Amino acid sequence: MPEACKATVRPRAAAIGHEKPPLAASAALLYLPYKLNAAMSDRYIVEDRVRNTFSLSRETLVSPAVLEKECRAIFDTCWIYVGHASELARPGDFRTRQVADRPVIFCRDKAGAIHALLNSCRHRGATVCREREGNARQFMCMYHGWTYETDGALKNVPGPDAYGAGFDKRKFGLVPVPRLEHYRDFYFACFDNAAAPLTDYLAGAKEYIDLVVDQSPSGRMEIIAGVQEYDIKANWKLLVENSVDDYHLPTVHSTWLNYMKNAGVNVRPPKEEGLLLPSKGWGKDLGNGHLTTDNVNFRGRPVARWISIYGEEAKADIEAIRRELVARLGEERATRIADTNRNLIVFPNLALNDGSSVTVRTFFPTAPDRMRVTAWCLGPAEETATQRARRLDAFLTFYGPGGFATPDDVAALEAVQQGLAAWREVGWSDMSRGMAKSAGEQLNTDEGHMRVFWRRWSELMDRAG
Amino acid sequence: MSDRRNAVSATRDEVEDFLYREAALLDAWQLDEWLALTTADCGYYVPPNDRPDADHRSTLFTIADNHARLVERVKRLKDPSAHAEYPPSRTRRLISNVRVTESDGDTVDVRANFVVYRFRRDDDRREFVGHYHYKLRRENGVLRIAERRAILDGEELGTLGAVSFIL
Repeated sequence: MPEACKATVRPRAAAIGHEKPPLAASAALLYLPYKLNAAMSDRYIVEDRVRNTFSLSRETLVSPAVLEKECRAIFDTCWIYVGHASELARPGDFRTRQVADRPVIFCRDKAGAIHALLNSCRHRGATVCREREGNARQFMCMYHGWTYETDGALKNVPGPDAYGAGFDKRKFGLVPVPRLEHYRDFYFACFDNAAAPLTDYLAGAKEYIDLVVDQSPSGRMEIIAGVQEYDIKANWKLLVENSVDDYHLPTVHSTWLNYMKNAGVNVRPPKEEGLLLPSKGWGKDLGNGHLTTDNVNFRGRPVARWISIYGEEAKADIEAIRRELVARLGEERATRIADTNRNLIVFPNLALNDGSSVTVRTFFPTAPDRMRVTAWCLGPAEETATQRARRLDAFLTFYGPGGFATPDDVAALEAVQQGLAAWREVGWSDMSRGMAKSAGEQLNTDEGHMRVFWRRWSELMDRAG
Repeated sequence: MSDRRNAVSATRDEVEDFLYREAALLDAWQLDEWLALTTADCGYYVPPNDRPDADHRSTLFTIADNHARLVERVKRLKDPSAHAEYPPSRTRRLISNVRVTESDGDTVDVRANFVVYRFRRDDDRREFVGHYHYKLRRENGVLRIAERRAILDGEELGTLGAVSFIL
């Protein structure tokens, strides 16, 4: 079974001498009439299933025209993560955030229903909620005082007498995002009314979300207070790649590996051919552009694999957490959850990194060479104070803008973006690691899972014309 | 209350000298010398921008190091493979509005404002603005840092990106 479901030798690739599509190809493209609407299925990726090469056009990472197009073709057609039900514990709770360039109020109304309302007054457009979060009885626009219920209905307009009979208050509620659906408390919006339901869209990603949510005895995970919001001066798609790219671990994160080693964790790669990491892991295609790594755990897990960095005093507690998993889910599934770690990408821009802790990370482009990242820590709702503190501490060993690893990822992505400025001369990136192997043999240090993302991305961009 | 005030165990002069020396060590990347200013149970914290007053045991921080991890952080920052800080950033710290806010036995509570400018080649100048909250403890007559909290004023890290050096 070949790795790609749509393995094709693309005509242009053959024509331009594929081992080095690079200079020749980019030069050829440059001087062709620049037609975004042309059907150019090999415009972005050039794949040769015979020679097992995969080249990615660097134009996809620098071009304002590509960004403009992907806003419509990707972010306006896919299901985009908005937030988690646990962020809205009580009726009236709200969080404001940007979702695919739109200001959104993610809120729970008085009756308990969750909404994602576009934060724009129906009168003249001002945002009607300007606080980051809170609990509201209503949303009042600061401009002229139009007031909305927490379900978005227009409640009150100052000076109603001035409006004629044609003014129907019922038609002037805050506009919800066209679609809002959730899977196990993860809420997604879709701006395409014709899109398939979320549960279909998620395809094989559901299994990996389940592996996260099932860590809670009651199936209730919660977003923990404290959000990390930071920019990276790099194209957003580079963070998709980076989130699942285990090939870079030994080089980018050697200082983190040293930190683990100094704490007594075994970080030596086993003596098996081709392994660069302390344990074996795979890269997987989950359908619809979703992908994941799936690794044998060496780095410890709050649920539930003890490593020395947690301290001796944590050992019994983590064993107890594991026993609960086994009792509830059986030995096989408990092992599946507790002895692997998985970095999941829900296409296009949600990463659930279930490793040293659980990170929910979403990111949006603000320019071709800049993204805004928002990251939270997720944990079982019933964790004790000690378990919660351990989870947060484990999170910071690796993740986040002050962690021992993420800042070096940021540095790597920014170095890539700086290098990409030479895209006119150095036009293609190589992403062919592992291509000669079957789909089931793709390691986490191969690039098969990243090719999954890029094929889907390219398909949607082509579909948009 | 007045008794406590009278029991002040460090003057502002002494505290200011201490903070300026610390700032100079950090700006010069003399990290081992800086580490020597800390007590064996020292904690170093950068709270999240949306929860500046929170507790790191129940809230996700940007940085929450105990002394053991602080030692590891210094090791990491001295390693050329700490890519975010190699070559090391140039920093310049301006410390002001120093206040000794409380004294209790050997421990002094200190607050001070900071602006830390950070420069890297091919990068924008970044300005970290906020305030420090220290707990300084006198050990064998010498002031040391028992707790160091760097609280940023920004609503988010945003264009500051990462906090990859010691803030």
